[in-house]
Amino acid sequence: MSRPLGALLSAPLSVVTAGVDLFPRALRDQGTAVEVVDWRPPAFGDPADLAALAADPRRVAANRSATERILSAGAELVDVRPAADALGLPRDLFLHAGPPIEFGDASGPLRGALIGAALFEGLATDPDEAVHMLESGRIRLEPCHHHRAVGPMAGVTTASMWVSELRDPINGGTAYCSLNEGLGKVLRYGAYSAEVIDRLRWMGDVLGPVLSAALNRSGPVDIKSILAQMLQMGDEGHNRNRAGSLMFLRDLAPAIADSGVPAVQVAEVLRFIGGNEHFFLNYGMPAAKLALDAARDFPGSSVVVAMARNGTEFGIQTSGTGDAWFTGPALTPDGLFLGGYGPDDANPDIGDSAIMETLGVGGFSMAAAPAIVRFVGGTVPDALATTRRMFAITVAENPAYAIPVLEFRGAPTGIDVLSVARTGILPQINTGMAGRVAGTGQVGAGLVKPPQVCFEKALAALAERARSSSG
Amino acid sequence: MTSGLDHVECRQGQYYDSVTLMQASRTVAGITGVRVALIAMATPLNLELAEGMGFVVPQAVPAQLLIAVRAEDQTGIDAGLAALTTALSARTASSGGIDSGEDLRPATIGAAFADSDAALALISVPGPYAAIEAFDAVAAGRNVMIFSDGVSVEDEIALKRAGRDAGVLVMGPDCGTAIVSGVALGFANVVRRGPVGIVAASGTGAQQISSLLETAGVGVSHLLGLGGRDLSERVGGLGAELALIALDADPDTDLIVLVSKPPDDQVTQRLRTLTDGFSTPVQFALLGFGQPDLTQAVESVLAAVSASAPSWPVIGQDQRPGQPAQLHGYFAGGTLAAEALLLIDELAPISTNLGPAAVPATEALSGSSHVIVDFGEDELTQGRAHPMIDPTLRLDQITRLGRTADGERVLLVDVVLGHGAEPNPAEALVPALRAAAQRMGERGHELSVIVSLCGTDADPQSWHCQAVALGDVGALVFASNAQAARHALALARGAIPAASAR
Repeated sequence: MSRPLGALLSAPLSVVTAGVDLFPRALRDQGTAVEVVDWRPPAFGDPADLAALAADPRRVAANRSATERILSAGAELVDVRPAADALGLPRDLFLHAGPPIEFGDASGPLRGALIGAALFEGLATDPDEAVHMLESGRIRLEPCHHHRAVGPMAGVTTASMWVSELRDPINGGTAYCSLNEGLGKVLRYGAYSAEVIDRLRWMGDVLGPVLSAALNRSGPVDIKSILAQMLQMGDEGHNRNRAGSLMFLRDLAPAIADSGVPAVQVAEVLRFIGGNEHFFLNYGMPAAKLALDAARDFPGSSVVVAMARNGTEFGIQTSGTGDAWFTGPALTPDGLFLGGYGPDDANPDIGDSAIMETLGVGGFSMAAAPAIVRFVGGTVPDALATTRRMFAITVAENPAYAIPVLEFRGAPTGIDVLSVARTGILPQINTGMAGRVAGTGQVGAGLVKPPQVCFEKALAALAERARSSSG
Repeated sequence: MTSGLDHVECRQGQYYDSVTLMQASRTVAGITGVRVALIAMATPLNLELAEGMGFVVPQAVPAQLLIAVRAEDQTGIDAGLAALTTALSARTASSGGIDSGEDLRPATIGAAFADSDAALALISVPGPYAAIEAFDAVAAGRNVMIFSDGVSVEDEIALKRAGRDAGVLVMGPDCGTAIVSGVALGFANVVRRGPVGIVAASGTGAQQISSLLETAGVGVSHLLGLGGRDLSERVGGLGAELALIALDADPDTDLIVLVSKPPDDQVTQRLRTLTDGFSTPVQFALLGFGQPDLTQAVESVLAAVSASAPSWPVIGQDQRPGQPAQLHGYFAGGTLAAEALLLIDELAPISTNLGPAAVPATEALSGSSHVIVDFGEDELTQGRAHPMIDPTLRLDQITRLGRTADGERVLLVDVVLGHGAEPNPAEALVPALRAAAQRMGERGHELSVIVSLCGTDADPQSWHCQAVALGDVGALVFASNAQAARHALALARGAIPAASAR
C-alpha cells in the first residue's frame, strides 16, 4: 500500500453516490464531481441473503477465477464419432436437454424427440411401443449436461447418433454435441416422421463418417476462432449462425472433398452443410460448454455455469453450488411464427442452447447481430441496449468475442446471480420455438428469459453456503 | 378444406432474409379481411409449409419469393398485398444511430466504479441494502462512507476487515459527518482548511470540535467519520486505526484529534500504542468521567498548534432564577447529549436514554427528576428523519413541557448547523420556546432556556444569525456545548452562573 486510502486525501475529491438525492446535490453545490447510481431496491432476495453473498470474502476472487477460465478456454473440434463410443452411452440411456426430467413431465417436443430416438435406435417399432418403453423406464433419461454434452432444442442424443468431440487445449476439458439436422421437421424440434428418422440414418451412415474422415485429414478445426469471427459478420452464435456455418464449410470443404468417399457423397455432405445455416450452432454450443465446465466448482463463486431448458423447466447451475439445478417453469418465447402458427402453437422454452448466452454470446451479444432483434419487431437500438444491459449482470468482458458496433467491447461474460438479483435484469436469450404438439417441428423463433425463480433459488443456496463457510 | 379466397404467386428477383419475411407475413396476416399469410423464399421447406396451410403451390425455386395469402374476398387480398408492398419497402423508423436511447446509468456502486476512478462512495440507501453496496466499493478498492443506519454490527465488522485488507477506509455505518479536502459530506460545518485532522466515531462531537476550531481561526485538513460503534469492543477500532494511519501520512495534517463517544478501554489502549509511533501528534478527545470535555480538548489542540483559545461566543440574556430547578436537556446531537450528561452528573439521579442507566425515551421524559434525552437515538428515529432535519418530536416535547411543568425549569437544547441540517432551525424553535415560557409563566413558573449552538458563521444558517434570533426570545446561547451544560447545571442548582452574557 503505497498511499493509504488511495488518493482519497491527496487528489481532488470525486464521489459516487447511491441513495437520497440530498447528498449529490450538496456535493455539486460545493463544486465536487459526483456520479449518481440509479439505485433501486433489489428485485428479489432476502436482504440478509444478499448481504451474506456480498460479504462472502471468497466471492470476488472466486468469480474472477471462474471467469478467467471462461475467457481462457479454447475449443477445437477433434473428432466426430458415435455417441456410444464417445460418451460410452448404452442404447437404453437417452440424453436430453435441460435439467433432469421424468418422461411423464416431458412436453410435446421432448416426447416427440424421445419417441423418434427410440424408433431410430430400433428399440421400438412404432410410437406407441416407444412411449411404453419410456413410461416404463426401460429407456432411461439423463441430461446431456451430466455427460459433458449439450443438445439444441430437445437435445435428445442416443448411442447410434454421431457426435462431435471438442477439446479445450487450455483447461483440458472435453465436450460433445450431436450433429445439426437442419430446419423444418427435425428430431430436435420433436418431429419423428419417417423423413426425420431417414435423415438421422443418413447422418450416421454418411455425414458422420465423412466429417470424421475429413477431420483426420485436416486436423482439428478451431471453433473458438470461427465464433470470434462470426460475431464480426452479423451472427450472434445462437439464432443466427450463417457466417459461422459458411466459415466452417470453407475450412473443412477441401478435406471433405479429399476424404476418399465417392463424389456423390461429397456433394451430398457439402449440400447438406451449405443448406443449413444453423449447422455451426452444434459446434458453438460444445465450445461454450467447454468454457463453462472449466468455470465450475469455485467455492463462493456466484457465476452461472449453465442455463438449460427441457421444455417444461428452466434450470441454472452456478460455479459455487456444484451439480445442483435451480429450476422454475420454462416461459414461452416471444417472437415471430412460421406460416400459420401462432403463440398458442408454441411450446415453452426448450434446449441446452442457452449455453451460448451463458458464455456471453447469443442474446448477450445481440448488438453484433441487429437482424435478430427484428424477431420481436425491435430496432437496432434495442439490440444495442440489450447487450449493454447484459454488462450490468456480468463480471467480465470477453476480448475474444468483440462486438464491432460497441467499439469492439468484449461480450458480456460471467452472469453473476447477485447482480441479477440487485438489478432485476434477467439474462436475454435468443431461441427457436418448437411446436407444442409432439411431431410438429419448428413453429418460430424469438426471445425469452429465464423465470426469475431460478435465480431466487440459486441466491438462497449461495447465501446458505456463504454462511456455513464463514461460520 | 378452407373457404375464402387464395392468392398464390412466386415473384422473381426479389430476395429478403427470413426475418424480414416473417415480419412481413405477420403484418399481412394482421390486415382486416386476411385470414392467413405466408411470405417466404420458395424453399422446399416453405413450399411444404404453404401446402400444409392448404394452399395450392406452383413449381418454384428457392430464389423466388412465395406469396400466399388467404382472405375473405378480393378486397382482403388487395389490402394484404398492399400491406406487403409497404412492409417490404419500409425502412425502420428509428434513427439508426448507435445511441440506444435507454437510460443506462449504473444501477449499483460496483457498476459505477467499473467506469469511474472516483475515490469514494457515499451510500444512503435503506439500511438492509447498504452493506451490499458498500461491499462493492471495498471490492473495487475504493473508500466508502455509509450514511445509512440499520446495518448489523456483523456486517460492519466484515466490511471494515475487508476494507483494512484492501487498504480502504469504511466510514460508518451511521456515519453522518465527514470533510475530505474541504468538501463536506453529510452533516458538516463550513470550516476553513488547516492543519488539524479529525478522526471521529461521533458525528456531532466532530462538528463541535471543527466548529470551535473554526471559531478560533484554525482550520481542518480532513475530518474522517467512522460511525459511532467503531471504538466499541466488537468493532475494535478497525476504522480508527486506518484513518489515523492515513492522517499520519498526510502532509497537510500537523496534528490529529480522535473524538469518540465513551470508547472501550482496550481499544483506546491499542490506539494509544499505535499512535505513540506516529510522527504526527495525536490528541484524544474521548468522552468519559475524568476526561477533558470537547471544548477543553479543542483548547489543548489550539495550544499545540500555537494558537490561542478565544473566549467562546455567548449571546443572549443571562438567566438568574435564584432557586433550584429541574434541568431538562433535549438534544439532537448524540455526542452533545452524552457530554452534557457527564457534566451534570452531580445532579443525579438523571432520567436519560443514554449510557449505562438508559431507559426508553418516553420513560425518561415522564420522570420527575432531571432529564437528558437524545432525540437522535434509533428508538426515536424509526420511520422519521433525524432531529437535525426534522425537529417535530423535540418541538412537541418543548410544548408539552410548557403545558405540564409544575415548577421552575432549566431547558437545555442543542442546535446543530451546517450542511445537511435544517435551513433555519430558529424559525421553528423560537415560537415553541416563547409559547412554552408563556404557558409556564401563566402558572407562575419560570423557564430558563440555554442553547448549545454548534456551528460557524460560514455555515449556510450562520451561527450569529441563529444565535441572535434565539437570544431574542430570552435564551442564552453558547458556542461551546460544555459551557452550555455547565451553565445549565449552575442554574439548576440555584447558583449564580459563572458565565455572563456579552
